[in-house]
Amino acid sequence: MLLIEDLKVELAGKEILKHIDLEIPQGETHILFGPNGSGKTSLLMTIMGYPQYKVTHGKIVFKGQDITNLPVNERARLGIGMSYQRPPTIHGVKTSQMVKICAGKGREVDVETLAGKVNFTDFLGRDINDGFSGGEIKRSELLQLMAQDPTLLLFDEPESGVDLENMSLIGTTIGQLLQRDFQIDPVKSQKEKIKERKRMGLIITHTGFILDYITADKGQLLFKGEMTCSSNPREIFRCISEVGYEECVKCAI
Amino acid sequence: MRNLKEDALKASDKKAALGPDIDLGSYHSDMVPHNYIEDLTSLSETDKKRMIISGVDANERERCGTFVQKDTTVIHSRSKQEGLEIIPIKKALEECDWIHEYYWKLASVDADKYTARAELDLHNGYVIRALPGSKTIYPVQACLYIEKDGLSQHVHNIIIAEEGSELHMITGCATSPHAKRGLHVGISEFYVKKNAKLSFTMIHNWAEEMAVRPRSVGRVEEGGLFLNNYICMRPVKSLQMYPTTHLVGKGATARFYSLLVGSPGSEMDVGGRVFLKAEETRAEIISRAITNSGNIVARGDLIGEVNGVKAHLECKGLILNGGSIHAIPELTGKADGVEMSHEAAVGKIAQEEILYLMSRGLSEDEATSTIVRGFLSVDIPGLPLQLKAEIDRAVEASDKDVL
Ligand SMILES: Nc1ncnc2c1ncn2[C@@H]1O[C@H](COP(=O)(O)OP(=O)(O)OP(=O)(O)O)[C@@H](O)[C@H]1O
Ligand SMILES: [Mg+2]
Repeated sequence: MLLIEDLKVELAGKEILKHIDLEIPQGETHILFGPNGSGKTSLLMTIMGYPQYKVTHGKIVFKGQDITNLPVNERARLGIGMSYQRPPTIHGVKTSQMVKICAGKGREVDVETLAGKVNFTDFLGRDINDGFSGGEIKRSELLQLMAQDPTLLLFDEPESGVDLENMSLIGTTIGQLLQRDFQIDPVKSQKEKIKERKRMGLIITHTGFILDYITADKGQLLFKGEMTCSSNPREIFRCISEVGYEECVKCAI
Repeated sequence: MRNLKEDALKASDKKAALGPDIDLGSYHSDMVPHNYIEDLTSLSETDKKRMIISGVDANERERCGTFVQKDTTVIHSRSKQEGLEIIPIKKALEECDWIHEYYWKLASVDADKYTARAELDLHNGYVIRALPGSKTIYPVQACLYIEKDGLSQHVHNIIIAEEGSELHMITGCATSPHAKRGLHVGISEFYVKKNAKLSFTMIHNWAEEMAVRPRSVGRVEEGGLFLNNYICMRPVKSLQMYPTTHLVGKGATARFYSLLVGSPGSEMDVGGRVFLKAEETRAEIISRAITNSGNIVARGDLIGEVNGVKAHLECKGLILNGGSIHAIPELTGKADGVEMSHEAAVGKIAQEEILYLMSRGLSEDEATSTIVRGFLSVDIPGLPLQLKAEIDRAVEASDKDVL
């Protein structure tokens, strides 16, 4: 479970997250909505542990452990992983090497096969993120998360800039990563399988396209650094589409 | 005919244009005798270890010939392949008439007191020649080794890739653990003839109190390719070199790659200069410098003299932990239609890159070392796998020192 209590965060001396309460129980996936600049990326970066995001109040608890002051790599080790909106290029570090790094020391992964799943084998020999297009970055990030296999997956706009054909690929892959794909199982009922879900997800979206591919348990609306509304994700999405963020925020009050 | 000795004498006190001046009188340069050895495996374990980190393998695995000079004396010189000649230069000067067409024909004996010294007090060096049309499958290895503390070692090397030949060389320069202080003066002249291909990879592993003054000049004829890699990632007190290459035939190409790591107390002034003198010539100079409290000057100079030449210079520096990097890229175009460019960047490791890797599970140190290795890994097209492996190994070995 991820639990965030009364979190305040400063970036470069400015308070960018004013009041965040959030709870993602084991197995749940939440959708994070909010206008540009509302602090969505900042929230994900804070959960991941980026030191420039200074927590000035409140705490973050993951799997029962207070991780508010834990460095990034220890959070990764505890099972938090992130798909970035704008990851940096690292010259001389090949994508294939990056996939191996994600898999960790003890674990062997079949890089080629994994890359095949997101149509990315042709990119394995390239420097990570070097000249990747918007859509390619998304697939590269997904590939890395597949290798990393975290229990809490943070997705920062996984579908922005993705073409129609790749959208379904990305949508279904995210569904699989979050254990939200449905397959006929001769032994277990679907209800049992849902109960056994361990993976948690927090997905930022503007377009809502991702909701066509995965089910989500809850939607959250972030507005000017505050978590305002928590409800059915489709309902929030409809509300934003029809009356706009500002009106939608009022529904929470 | 020019009198080499006379010219050298006149220049014997001439300070070099670049780099701190060195007092030659503070070293000794008497001959240090060593026995010739037929079997390289009989070298001491210490020597073998020092040599192998410079890419010189006593077992000669995947090598087609070896030259080893210890201090002032050649202790091994043998070619294992037809069409490949390896001769100590003193012997060549005595026995081969043709050597005089090459000896001091590119480098000037009176350039500075180091070139002068190499003429006035030559210890030895190698002549390596690939006969016309010959192709070496494996690299030739040469090692210039200093064991005697306080020695000033003077060598002169001549490398000739005859028409249509292909020659790959790795030279390692290293010091034994006994030699703390010393001076290495090395003259190298490279002749790449018509349609020949020469790759020359030099790995230096000096000691903290060593001063090093290589002086190299190359000439590439029509259709020839000269690939020059230089790696120096271990401490050295003072290193200054500015190898020059003349592309004199149509379509001749030179590519220079250097990887430098400046440790605390190290002063490095390293560059490459290429004159593009014929049509369709191409040149590329790529350098990567990392400093960990050392001071590095990374130079590059491209001179395009005729229409249609293409040249690129890339100088990248990373300051890890104090020290300085001064990138001095220079371009001179002397004709219409030259296409020349440069790219220089000096900075520290981006925190964002470290955190990105950490979020994939690496510790901060592992992330830093991954980025450093990435920085040093440049693709060198045309380099044989064995040599690529040697460069990777040198990078790997330096990793621990850098961090
Ligand atoms: N380095 C910085 N210095 C100052 N302010 C910053 C910095 N980085 C981000 N901000 C500000 O923090 C606020 C929150 O940014 P954040 O990236 O979290 O928004 P977002 O909700 O993800 O927006 P978007 O939908 O456009 O991706 C914005 O107003 C942004 O301009
Ligand atoms: Mg954002």
